[in-house]
Amino acid sequence: MSVFRFAGAAIDGAALRTELADPASGGFAAFEGWVRNHNEGRDVRRLEYEAFEELAVKEGERIVRAAIERFGVAHALCVHRVGSLEIGELAVWVGVSSGHRGEAFQACRYIIDEVKHHLPIWKKEHYTTGDSGWVNCERCAEATHEHAR
Amino acid sequence: MSRSLRIQYFALLREQAGRSEERLQTSAATPAELYAELKGRYPFQLTPDQLRVAINAEFRDWATSLVDGDSVAFIPPVAGG
Repeated sequence: MSVFRFAGAAIDGAALRTELADPASGGFAAFEGWVRNHNEGRDVRRLEYEAFEELAVKEGERIVRAAIERFGVAHALCVHRVGSLEIGELAVWVGVSSGHRGEAFQACRYIIDEVKHHLPIWKKEHYTTGDSGWVNCERCAEATHEHAR
Repeated sequence: MSRSLRIQYFALLREQAGRSEERLQTSAATPAELYAELKGRYPFQLTPDQLRVAINAEFRDWATSLVDGDSVAFIPPVAGG
């Protein structure tokens, strides 16, 4: 079963949760990343996520399987959005079921941190001022900002 | 020696190249040489220390030997989640 995938349309966390159901599990932890209306002092209107899906799926599978192994949890799954997202939309969902809560929280935290730092996924913010910028790409900002502020 | 490569562009590099992929005949023997060549063709400002390299959808080193038919991508700073 795949443990990491991309979604081109709205993520349904409640539906994903049922994929992790397990009679031997007494705990379930989930993390949802939402699109926020501000970042680093700028007002954000919407986001675009882009991914190198072939590489990101392979690396994402490695991350989630490593978490299952390392923390000894029953099941784990991560789903990440691509495309255009509005404020409040679900951008990434991580869920973990396990015998006890401690390792479920730990595995969940591990997965989201690794996903954020290592997967080839990019986020372009569109600001209320009409311009836009790629996140974590400050030193290339001159080239992306179409505006003359 | 010349080789035919498929180059994939993502995010900022895709915008600056004005395309998401292309086929290129090149004498570049490594990703480092290839990126230097592409910098001459497109207004890329990202430096190699800001990028990672993927060959055939696996992270690889800048000094990896490129072979005919390879798919190469340069990975700008990521921001998932």
